This record gives sequence, structure tokens and C-alpha cells, in this order.
Amino acid sequence: MIVLDHLSKTYVGSAGAHEALCDINLHVESGDVFGIIGQSGAGKSTLVRCINLLERPTAGRVLIDGADVTDYSGKQLIDLRQSIGMIFQNFSLFAQRTVLRNVTFPLELHGTPKKQAEARALELLELVGLSGKANNYPSQLSGGQQQRVAIARALASNPKIMLCDEATSALDTLTTHSILGLLRDINKELGVTMVVITHSLSVAEQICNKVAVIEAGSIAEQGKTADVFGNPQSAATRLLIEADQGFACAKGGN
Amino acid sequence: MEAINAFIAQYGALMAQGTWDAIVMTVLSTLFAYVIGIPVGVLLVLTEPGALHPHRIFNSVLGWIVNIMRSIPFIILIVFMIPFTRAIVGTSLGVGAAIVPLTVSAAPFVARMVEQSLAEIDGGLVEAAQSFGASTWQIISKVLLPESMPSLVRGLSITFITLFGFVAMAGTVGAGGIGDIAIRYGYQRYQDDVMVVAIVLCVIIVQIAQSICSAIARKIDHRVR
Repeated sequence: MIVLDHLSKTYVGSAGAHEALCDINLHVESGDVFGIIGQSGAGKSTLVRCINLLERPTAGRVLIDGADVTDYSGKQLIDLRQSIGMIFQNFSLFAQRTVLRNVTFPLELHGTPKKQAEARALELLELVGLSGKANNYPSQLSGGQQQRVAIARALASNPKIMLCDEATSALDTLTTHSILGLLRDINKELGVTMVVITHSLSVAEQICNKVAVIEAGSIAEQGKTADVFGNPQSAATRLLIEADQGFACAKGGN
Repeated sequence: MEAINAFIAQYGALMAQGTWDAIVMTVLSTLFAYVIGIPVGVLLVLTEPGALHPHRIFNSVLGWIVNIMRSIPFIILIVFMIPFTRAIVGTSLGVGAAIVPLTVSAAPFVARMVEQSLAEIDGGLVEAAQSFGASTWQIISKVLLPESMPSLVRGLSITFITLFGFVAMAGTVGAGGIGDIAIRYGYQRYQDDVMVVAIVLCVIIVQIAQSICSAIARKIDHRVR
């Protein structure tokens, strides 16, 4: 469904060229919850932004449903982005819009009649468990509720793919758990393919059926989640596991 | 009491006309300044390095023009612009003529104000809008301007009050208005009562403008503060 083929991204700045992504090859199949895990600065965010072309790769191809979308622009790009929902670490909700009008935003962009857009938004708010909050403003909601609104917004235009960029990193453990549960339900019940960016091993373990470990712009290893974490082949993966265990020990010790 | 009645009988109509002229000049030139200043401010933000349509040369040239226009003192701008004003409104005297230099002076000021308001918007919101397939025009009309509206309204009160002060200066070169009255009667004819009343009227108008804008900004702002 999503194929990244020899993808590279190099930034050229005053300090010289910086290779953010180097020869990335990934294959996400329909129905996958595909985790991309790595430390800060490893290139995860750049990688996920290449899928909906918020970042343009400098080399290689992005294929979605078999179509090479790498050079899409104009109407084609707009249609592509409409079929890919995205949620963010800091939710990125519009503060001056009500919850309802945040969810109708993607539909407004594409000229859906107001009544129809609002009906769809109310349906989605019920799905994410926020039916009563339609006329509230984001500032009146908790972090977890705000991310639920963002999820409803990302689903508004019925996307086949959803990109989650550190979607639970700003949330506490309990809220993280409930948001991950919601994402899992959306994957199972609506059949939305997901790409999940995270630095957290436990997030990847909880919802991803496949993972790729990324380090310094390259994929260290990839495969089924249980295989990668159960039998790590790369130093990067072992480091992530050790860090996670160290964290667990520290917590136990307290 | 008698003194007040006598003052009103003598100067009431004059002061009322002056106040009205000053308000008309300020409101109209504020309006025209925003008509020019909003697009210029938006262009400045869009063409900045790292923005949606970065264009270094365009951004620098536009920035220079704005800065040059902002660096000419208003009193000089009025005189300097007389031929231009005559060409547009047919005269260099009166309310209509004053609006031309007032607008030219305020437009770059407004552009910088709008630029500053829009620059406060979190880049994550623009990125989110892009991720849903928003065009540049949609990002301007549905994200940048609505999200910065409270800040724009606060800027509006600053612009209005600044221009109200400029109107008084324009009054000294034949625009009329309350500043003109204060200078001609209060200063040149030593009529202190006229001067004091003119100042009190100015204070009241500025207070009202500030209160209205602040109230609107508070009402439409849905962020936590």
C-alpha cells in the first residue's frame, strides 16, 4: 500500500549538507499498523512527512497503491493528502474554532456542503467519545480529549491511511493507553492503515504489527514487532530495549 | 453653568464638526490602510525564509519599501505628497485630501502589525492544514487570518489611536478636525478653554476606541489566558 523505494532526503544549509534520510526502503501493507521507532533526531518525522509529501525526498520514490506520487503537485497532491489523515504530537488544533469546526475543517477545504460536513463531524465525535463537546473550544479540553478531536479531524475525509507523529508523546500513561486503544479500534473497524512514529518501545509493542528501527537516517532493521524486539539484530534496537528496561528498573526501584 | 452654556453656544457647532471630521478621517484612513496593509503583511509572512513560499529577493524589496515609507515623518509626508494628493482628490485641503497621506503613512505600519500577528501563529497549524490538502489561499483565509484575529483586533486599536494623533497633525496643514481647532483657537488665539475641551474630547475618543477593541479581542479569543 505504501512503498518507500530507495528514499533519501538531504538538507542543504549554511553548515553544509545534512543527510536526514539515507536509502530508506519500506513496505507497508494494507491494514498494517506500522511502527517507525528511533531516538530523537533519527529522522522519523522527516520520514513520515515524505509519505504525504510535506517533505520532498531528494532521491528515491514514494508509491501509494502502486502509483508513483513523488512528483505530485496541484490537484493530484491535494487529492492524495485528502486520502491520508495525520495527527501530531501537540495536536495542532485550531484554537479559534470549536471542536465541531475543527473536525469539519478538512471537509470545508474540499467544498463539502456545511450540513453534510457537520453530520459527518458529529458522527466522528461520537466515534472518539466526545459527542457532548462539539461546541466547546480546544482550550476547554484535556490533552487526551484534544488528541481525540485531532483523530476525528484526521478521519473526516475518510482516509485509507493515517500518519501518527508521536501522537501520545505529550500524554500521560493512562491517556496514552486509551488513545492507543482508539487507534487500534480505528485500524480494526475502519480498516485504516497506520504509520506510527514513536520513540517509545511500549507504544510500538502495544499497537504495531510491524516495526522499523531507524537510526541516524537509516533503517537498522525491520520486521514483525515480536521478532524485532524478541530477537534484536541491530545495536540500535538493543539500545532502545536497554533504555526501556533501564527506565522500567528505575521505576521499579523507586 | 452660564459659562458652559456660553461656550457651547459659541463653539459647540465648531467643536462637533471638528470632532466628526477627525473621526471620519481616522476611520476612513484606518480602513484604507488595512485594505493595503493586510495583503502586504500576508505577503511578507508568506515569502519569509522557511515560510510557505520563501522568496528572499521579493521579501527584502517589499521589506525595504515598507521601511522607507515608515521612516518618513508624517508631517513631512503630508507636504511631500501634496502633488500626488491633488492628482487623486483634486485638492490638497480638507478631509478628503488628508485621507491620502494618512493612508500612505499608515499602510506600511499596518503591514508590519499584520506581519507580527500572523508570525505568532504556530507553524504546526499551517503544517496540519497542509496535511489535509489546504491551498495557500485556504491557509491564509481559514488558518492564518482567523487564528490571529484577536491579535489583529488589538493591533487595530493601536493603528486607530496612532492615526487619530496623525489627524491632529494633518489639521495644522488644512485638513480640519479637532487638532486644527486646538491649534487655531486654543494656541494661536490664546483661547485656553477651547484647547482644554479639545484635549478632553481627544482623550474620550481614544478611550472609547481602546475599550471597544479590547472588549472585542477578549470576546473572540478562545485560547486559555
